[in-house]
Amino acid sequence: MLEITLFYIAATVALVATVLAMTRTNAIHALIYLIVSLLAVAVIFYLIGAAFAAALEIVIYAGAIMVLFVFVIMMLNLGEKGDQRERQWLRPSVWFGPAFLTFILFAELLYMLNGIEGPASTEAVSAKEVGLTLFGPYVLAVEIASMLLLAGLVGSFHLGRRYLEREE
Amino acid sequence: MEGLNIPFNHILLVACLLFSIGLMGLMIRRNIIFILLSLEVMLNASALAFVAAGAHWGQADGQIMFMLILSVAAAEVAVGLGLVLQVQRRFKSLDMDNANRMRG
Repeated sequence: MLEITLFYIAATVALVATVLAMTRTNAIHALIYLIVSLLAVAVIFYLIGAAFAAALEIVIYAGAIMVLFVFVIMMLNLGEKGDQRERQWLRPSVWFGPAFLTFILFAELLYMLNGIEGPASTEAVSAKEVGLTLFGPYVLAVEIASMLLLAGLVGSFHLGRRYLEREE
Repeated sequence: MEGLNIPFNHILLVACLLFSIGLMGLMIRRNIIFILLSLEVMLNASALAFVAAGAHWGQADGQIMFMLILSVAAAEVAVGLGLVLQVQRRFKSLDMDNANRMRG
C-alpha cells in the first residue's frame, strides 16, 4: 500500500515538474525542473523493482546529460534578452494548436492502453539477471551502442572544434 | 521487494502523459535548447514504459532497452549541443526559424 501511495506522489511530481520545465522562459530554471522530473522518474523505477535502472537514471540522466546542458547554456551566456524573446514566443495563439493536436494523440494512446492483457510476474528483475542478459543474447546491441557513442564523440568533437577555432 | 504491486496501466499512463508533454514542448518551443530538452523528456518517457513492461512481465529485456535508450540519449545530446553552439555562432540567436535554409 505504501508503494502505491509513493508511486502516485512521484508520478505527480514528475508530471508537474515536466510541465513547468516546458513552459519556463529561463533555460536554467527549465533544467532544474527537468532534473526534479528525472529524479521523480528514478523513484518510480525504484518502486517497480528496477533499482539498477534508478541508479543509472540519476547518475547518467540527472548527472551527466543535464550537466552538459548546463555547460552549454553557461557558454552561450543568454541573459535577460533571451528571457524576453522567449516570453514573446510563448503566446496562447502559438501553443494552442500544437497542444490540441498532442491531446488528440494522447487520447489515442490512452485508448490503446485498454487492450493490455497477460499475467503479471511475481518477482522483481534483479540486476544480476539484467547483466547476464545484456552480455549474453544482447552483446551485439552493446557493440552497436559503443559504436553509436563513438560516432557521437567524433561528431561533437568536430562541431565543437570548429566553433572554438573561428572564435579566435 | 517482490513483484509489481503498482497497477501496470497507471505506470503506462504516466509514461504516455510524459511523452505527450514532451511532444507538446517540442512543437511549441522555437528555442533549440528547449527542443533538445523536450527530446530528452520523450526518450525518458519511452524508457519508463520499457522498464515498466519489463517489470510487469518479469523480463530483463526492459532494463536492457533502458540502457540502450540511455546511450542513444547521451550521443544525441552531445551532437545536438555541438549544433547549438554552431547555430548560436552563425545566427547570433537560438531561434530555429533562422536555420530553415539548406545552404552549405
